[in-house]
Amino acid sequence: MKILIVDDEKDVEMLFRQKFRKEIKNGNLELVFAFSGAEAMRVLEESNPPKVVYVFSDINMPGMTGLELLDKIKEKYPQINVSMISAYGDSDNYNKAIKSGAKEFFTKPINFDSLREEIKALMN
Amino acid sequence: MNFENIIALILLYYLRKPIGVAAISPEWKNWLKWGMIVAVTTLVLQATNLLPDLLTKFIGLALIAGVVYAVVNIEDFHGRRSLVYALLPLIVISVISDIIEFVSPNWYKTLEYLLDIAGFFALIWAISMWFISRKQRKALELERKKAEEREKEFRITESLKAELEVQVAERTAALTQQKEALEKALNELKSTQTQLIHAEKMASLGELTAGIAHEIQNPLNFVNNFSEVSHELIQEMQEELSKGEIEEVKAIAMDLAQNLEKINHHGKRADAIVKGMLQHSRSNDGKKDLCDLNAIADEYLRLSYHGLRAKDKSFNSDFSIELDPDLPKVEGIPQELGRVILNLINNAFYAVNERSKNAKDEKDPNLQTYKPKVTISTSTIPDFKGKKGVKISLSDNGSGIPENIRSKIFQPFFTTKPTGQGTGLGLSLSYDIIKAHGGNLTLKSKEGLGTTFEITLPGVDQSRKVL
Repeated sequence: MKILIVDDEKDVEMLFRQKFRKEIKNGNLELVFAFSGAEAMRVLEESNPPKVVYVFSDINMPGMTGLELLDKIKEKYPQINVSMISAYGDSDNYNKAIKSGAKEFFTKPINFDSLREEIKALMN
Repeated sequence: MNFENIIALILLYYLRKPIGVAAISPEWKNWLKWGMIVAVTTLVLQATNLLPDLLTKFIGLALIAGVVYAVVNIEDFHGRRSLVYALLPLIVISVISDIIEFVSPNWYKTLEYLLDIAGFFALIWAISMWFISRKQRKALELERKKAEEREKEFRITESLKAELEVQVAERTAALTQQKEALEKALNELKSTQTQLIHAEKMASLGELTAGIAHEIQNPLNFVNNFSEVSHELIQEMQEELSKGEIEEVKAIAMDLAQNLEKINHHGKRADAIVKGMLQHSRSNDGKKDLCDLNAIADEYLRLSYHGLRAKDKSFNSDFSIELDPDLPKVEGIPQELGRVILNLINNAFYAVNERSKNAKDEKDPNLQTYKPKVTISTSTIPDFKGKKGVKISLSDNGSGIPENIRSKIFQPFFTTKPTGQGTGLGLSLSYDIIKAHGGNLTLKSKEGLGTTFEITLPGVDQSRKVL
């Protein structure tokens, strides 16, 4: 299962790869990373239909924001699940995300246990 | 006929009259008055034959002698000499004929004709002298009047002068009062300015707080996440060890080392932000330091971006940063240079955001696709006032600055922001700070395309600097 993580903080990649070390090792999970909304769209466009089934995106990013990315993904690939991860867990962002079709809304610092639950639920 | 008393009377009368500016003192006037009384009394007494002819003649001569003596010897009467000269021949001839008549009446008879002719000439002399002296007197009188006129004018001028002096004194007092009021106002303005500079500093710090919170939260999250994951890795490592999977243990150990490095990196990042914030708010002690403008630019760009994001959810802008890795350091006050860069970044984001807000209302779809972008770049200037220099460019693709206000934007209190949103001091203070560091702050702007601010500063030759 291929999951795309979008965040402008590059260290997120290392963190996720270590957190899901076992899942990656036994081949259950494949992680790809993008560091901006535009890059995320390019990753999704690499194959048609995209192999990515789930996108986790940060909201606060320069250029395209996570909410804009959410709209774009939902418009182009409505089958892909998108969840938001944001440092700003305010109701404004939350409502916007849910209204635009976000599956879940995670706040930073990320609770990896709940994130793992979410991914596991999808895998089964 | 007795001439002596009449002549004496005429002399006394004319002596009393002032000629030109020279007037007779009251004391002398009194004496002359008495002389005249004596002369008139004598004449009256002679006419009524109460006094002998000889005595009246003698009194008349005595008066004349007195007058002649006075005119010759007393300075006050020097001006009346001509009068004496006019009548003197008449007197002399009269005295001579009297003496002759007295000494020898026979001789007098033979000489009478001659004496009459002499008397006649003396009379003509006296009359012509009188005319001349009258003419002179008139001229002198005219002069006196002129002098009086001048005196009057002088007095008027004097009084005007006095009046003017009063006015000048009043004005001076008023001006002194105004000067004092202005000085007070100036002092008040100076203290207000200090307060405003502080307010401006605090306002820009206020804009930063949300950004700072975010920027500190982010590295802290990483510190927490990496330490958590490291803890998990150690458990896994122990499991792998008990299984004897040495290769796997080695891989985990590598990850652990990396994680610790990351924890350290993000810890330092948070530390730098807190230090930067403290530096920004600390009142300037004027201490110069070596400043790494790359680090300042990078830090404040992020702070500003996140600060604005936190304040205004609709705000978003792309930004890029192009740093020259070999940028010379700059000797300066880090918090001041930081303030300048922060101010320019905030302005750039404000400009693109304003354009972005307007773009959404545009009907033209080409304008709706406006993509806000701010770029900050640093580069080395090979020759800046004889040494290496530093250039920081800050570009935005906002609406640009209209030509007519370009010259005003560095003026204190000039702002295009709505009331209450800008102090109008940001750019003015920035300009002063850069000038105080021996640099320049310039701008290029094209309406509809955007604005670029350029800071140039003298660099420090690091090969010579011992740190």
